Amino acid sequence: MARAAEIDIVSVSKVYGRTTAVDNISLKIPSGSYCCLLGPSGCGKSSTLRMIAGHESISTGDIRLGPVVVTDLPPAKRGTAMMFQSYALFPHLDLVDNVAFSLKMRGVAKPERRAKALDMLKLMHMEAYADRRPAQLSGGQQQRVALARALITGPEALLLDEPLSALDPFLKVRMRAELKKLQASLGITFVHVTHSQEEAMALADLIVVMNDGRIEQAAAPRTVFERPSTGFVARFMGDHNVVSGRVTAAENGRVTVQVPGRGSFAALGAPREIGSAADIGIRIDHVRLGAGEEPHLGFSGTVANIEYRGGSVKLSVSGAGLDDFTAILRDRDFYAQPIAVGELVALHWDLADTLVLGRLDS
Amino acid sequence: MAVALDQPDTIDAASPAPARRRRGRAEAVPYLQATPLFLILGVFLLVPIVMIAVVSFWDYDFAQMYPGFVTFNYTETLGSWVTWKTYLNTLKYAAIVWALTLTIGFTVAYFLAFHVRSTAMQMVLFLVCTVPFLTSNIIRMISWIPVLGRNGLVNSALVGSGLVARPVEWLLYSDFAVVLAMVHLYTLFMVTPIFNTLMRIDRALIEAARDAGASGRQILWNVILPLAKPGMAIGTIFVVTLVMADFSTVQVMSGGQSASVALMMKNQMSLLQYPAAAANAVVLLVLVLLLVAAILRVVDIRKEL
Repeated sequence: MARAAEIDIVSVSKVYGRTTAVDNISLKIPSGSYCCLLGPSGCGKSSTLRMIAGHESISTGDIRLGPVVVTDLPPAKRGTAMMFQSYALFPHLDLVDNVAFSLKMRGVAKPERRAKALDMLKLMHMEAYADRRPAQLSGGQQQRVALARALITGPEALLLDEPLSALDPFLKVRMRAELKKLQASLGITFVHVTHSQEEAMALADLIVVMNDGRIEQAAAPRTVFERPSTGFVARFMGDHNVVSGRVTAAENGRVTVQVPGRGSFAALGAPREIGSAADIGIRIDHVRLGAGEEPHLGFSGTVANIEYRGGSVKLSVSGAGLDDFTAILRDRDFYAQPIAVGELVALHWDLADTLVLGRLDS
Repeated sequence: MAVALDQPDTIDAASPAPARRRRGRAEAVPYLQATPLFLILGVFLLVPIVMIAVVSFWDYDFAQMYPGFVTFNYTETLGSWVTWKTYLNTLKYAAIVWALTLTIGFTVAYFLAFHVRSTAMQMVLFLVCTVPFLTSNIIRMISWIPVLGRNGLVNSALVGSGLVARPVEWLLYSDFAVVLAMVHLYTLFMVTPIFNTLMRIDRALIEAARDAGASGRQILWNVILPLAKPGMAIGTIFVVTLVMADFSTVQVMSGGQSASVALMMKNQMSLLQYPAAAANAVVLLVLVLLLVAAILRVVDIRKEL
């Protein structure tokens, strides 16, 4: 079943009445890769997945699966299989019949389809529960059955709609590892919708960050983490402080941005027009305590909040026109000279830990 | 109930006797709470049934009942071929009306639940279904007579259009008329519980079935019908018990040409043969309870309740 399809989404939009859920997106998902569609709720990631699956009609544009344009094909003819958020197992059927359902619909004889379903359950280590009903299983077990049911037709791509959201945090991490292992062993394309950046980082070869029906960035996890392309991505991934202001200087690959009426900050990036609005990102975990030597790479402010997180301490600092500037300090550095809420601190960072963020419209 | 629990606290809590009394009172609370329902069911359900059962063993003549213990009310009832024929006739009505109301009821409920998109429209159409219930059963039944009669709407239309030479006789005062009126009266009792179960089916299941390649008909047969079974069972219990106990529809619509068990009982009562009617009632009750038990064996309706 290791036939994997490349998924090619070409200028696809989804319009419900007057609202545009998905706004003219194009995306190429390489065959055999694990792709995560990431974004806040209502960003269009589920609609995108459902359009690939064929459960949602495509308003404009085309979707290609391998060499075939599947835009107008019914779900079962696309070579995709979908795993639903609540698993959608049939409550009136035992596990074997649940897994064998699609074979039954194709008219496969009973002994043959039951044998195949049992093999599939064995692959998922669920054969001991074969004659149970879904209601008698735990969340993790239900997920394995849902996977078995989706995979029995030998799909070229598996589409997962928030598959881990119904599980408790501990099980989430375990099932996450199982999904990744399964994808590696099957070699087929996985498209996984999630709103958890942690989940996406752990699983994906390709992260597609969506917002407001558009793709903000589609790249490898490390690129999305280290070089978020827009302010939205930086904020959503949560590892950069985003500072908005107007460009006051741009030379030598260095752009200086002034927060209206307040401090100026420098960042690495392509030159921008002087006076134009720009966002810059500053890595939260690379901020250090103390006054720096270089200008525009630090500020002083009052500590608004301190969060202890075990190996690190999270400071929220306000000052120089910045609200809730986050700094993650190693516990050792923090406790060497502890700071209390309300105290004045100086922070600085290196130019290498900054970057100029793009805007989707520019 | 909180008052009853709090009061003992004013007594010296250290002495063991009040403590025991307090526990005794605490145990009495659930029984006290169940008392109103028990009284209502007891007075209006249990006592009448017990009375019927007792009376069914009494003796009687044309004017009076004599308390005692005789079994000939049962032997006479069960030994007569008229009784058997009447029971069979009633079961025949029940079977035909059940089959028709189930088919029509499921179709209507399916349309309401899956083809009407907006919830507001669903509610409006459902209320439209209940509008006939604003008038009494008898009026709705009698209103069929000018439609089906020899010079009724249907016959005058048929004769007027030249389709038939003379009025069709079997439209009124026939088994056809009885079944038609019963289906009209009882279909909603099928629609409501089935609509309720269909509305509870997770729409993701339908999508999952479509994802697995099921056609519309396969989804209906493999997913929707099995999941609608509890609603169909509840509707079946309603319709079967209503038809088995019906006498007015049979009397009016058959013009006195057909009999049902309840009609037989009514006739016995008008002849003051109360013990015989009581024996008949006990037999009918047992039969209906067996039917309901059989339905419950086939379908688990607990998740609906």
